Amino acid sequence: MSLGGWITMILSVGFVVTLFGWSMSKVLFGKEPTEKLHSLDSIDTHDTEGD
Amino acid sequence: MANAIVKEAWSSRIGVIFAVAGSAVGLGNFLRFPGLAAKYGSGAFMIAYFTSLLVLGISICWAEWTLGRYAGQKGFHSSPGIFHALIRHPMGKFIGVLGVIIPVVIYMYYVYIEAWVAGYAYYFLFTDKLSLGGDVSAYKEFWATYIGAHENGFLLSKGGQVIWFLLTVFVVNFFIIFRGLAKGIEFFSRWAMPALILLALVVLGRVLTLDTPNPALPERNLINGLGFMWNPGHVGEQLLNPELWLAAAGQIFFSLSVGFGVIITYASYLTEKDDVVLSGLTASSANEFCEVALGGMITVPAAFVFLGSAGIAGQGTFALGFQVLPLVFSQMPVGWLFGGMFFFLLFLAAITSSLSMLQPGIAFLEEGLGLTRKLAVALLGMLTAIGCLFVVYFSKDIKALDTIDFWVGTVCIFVMATVIIVYFGWVMGIERGWREAHKGAEIRIPEVFKYIMRYLSPLYLLTIFALFVLFNVFGWNPQTGGFTPTSYVSDLVGEHPNDVARMSVALIGVIIAFFVILIAQAGKRWDGRIADEATQEKGELP
Repeated sequence: MSLGGWITMILSVGFVVTLFGWSMSKVLFGKEPTEKLHSLDSIDTHDTEGD
Repeated sequence: MANAIVKEAWSSRIGVIFAVAGSAVGLGNFLRFPGLAAKYGSGAFMIAYFTSLLVLGISICWAEWTLGRYAGQKGFHSSPGIFHALIRHPMGKFIGVLGVIIPVVIYMYYVYIEAWVAGYAYYFLFTDKLSLGGDVSAYKEFWATYIGAHENGFLLSKGGQVIWFLLTVFVVNFFIIFRGLAKGIEFFSRWAMPALILLALVVLGRVLTLDTPNPALPERNLINGLGFMWNPGHVGEQLLNPELWLAAAGQIFFSLSVGFGVIITYASYLTEKDDVVLSGLTASSANEFCEVALGGMITVPAAFVFLGSAGIAGQGTFALGFQVLPLVFSQMPVGWLFGGMFFFLLFLAAITSSLSMLQPGIAFLEEGLGLTRKLAVALLGMLTAIGCLFVVYFSKDIKALDTIDFWVGTVCIFVMATVIIVYFGWVMGIERGWREAHKGAEIRIPEVFKYIMRYLSPLYLLTIFALFVLFNVFGWNPQTGGFTPTSYVSDLVGEHPNDVARMSVALIGVIIAFFVILIAQAGKRWDGRIADEATQEKGELP
């Protein structure tokens, strides 16, 4: 593996890992709560019931 | 028949992000991207790839999230309904037909590929069917027989095992979609996506500890495998190759599922205060993480270590996934486990994508025709089953699958993405679109994206589409300047047309016509609804 290969790999993988990590941390620990408005169980659309 | 409009919603922000990311992460992340990067020399390819990510991928993604949420506030959740709300013209709703056709038609063959993957996971974990030795031709023959590539009708007449896997995944898909947006898609994506990433990390750990499996061939080692994947080659020279730009842009474009009809539908279930900027970026970055950091580090290095460069060069997505990799895992210590895990993670990637392909159709049948979810699921189930049977029956050389994938899974997506970015930048107007995107936003989009989304993205998209048509339809050869129409054209209008290709295009035409009729019917319903609301508002005035 050449030096260029190492640089390409580290920059490419590093960029996507950093971007994903930063985005997820903002989502999970940001201002807005991740669980909001409804909880999963509170939603019942009744759309799977019969006519 | 109940005519009440069903109100659905996401239950959590992380749920919608995982659902969109699940839609985007598919087989292409783990099989197509690594092959392209290695083929074009990673240095130049990654420059074109990340340029396309910024100009095309993330830009169109933000536009699609914004337009979906905007139309959702007006009570529309299907692509025809959304365009009916966006373009206040009787023809507006027909522009949205592609947002239903694309996912529904792609589902018809994608679920078949999903069944292949499920079968391979099962074979690795519970049988020794894929212990076929060290000759790739044995795996090639197994795959061809397994999917019925030797003759049309083979699977249906001889009852191939893949049919049982197909039936199973078909039922699982419709069971999950029947449970609804929050209890079905979101619930499933919330555990499937983390599980997928965890499985990929375990397989990656195995690949990165392979070292040199065969001491007699010391050059086939992990470092050289990583070099085969990531060595940059002649960057300046390769960047002048238009095919490289087309490949990089195409990979970004199809990998992120923009212009697919899915993101715009999913975003329509958000409230006005829900963030779309950070959510869109997070879903896109999750896809990129799976593609570059996981797919880019697993597939090609593992194949190189066992087969060398000759075993990988020129392999297409299916050949790499269903012939080369099974051989690699069969040669690996505890390969049955890692092979099973790899194909199971591919199955999770596939099923989160196929689920997303059903929701746009369900949303349209519910809000356009006033069907209950049960009826909408039943109708879409019948329709997709007919299309799927067509693809399975005409399995010889996967001609039907390939033809439908080209015309719907490629050409139509370009058209839909162009409509979205042009609407956002020019019809809605970039300033209004910008304000709309930032409602409830937790982060701000850099100002430079105003110019990118208004000028650069449409121009880049149209240039890439023109290149795509030149290369893949008219068969342009940049060296000679000559044109030799590709098989996608010659199969339809050449001297030796292919009947299956023609029937496949006819099937697409019939489905489009069917949905256009339904949309015309839905338009009457929507016009009536808008008129009723206007009358009610007048009546409420003092």
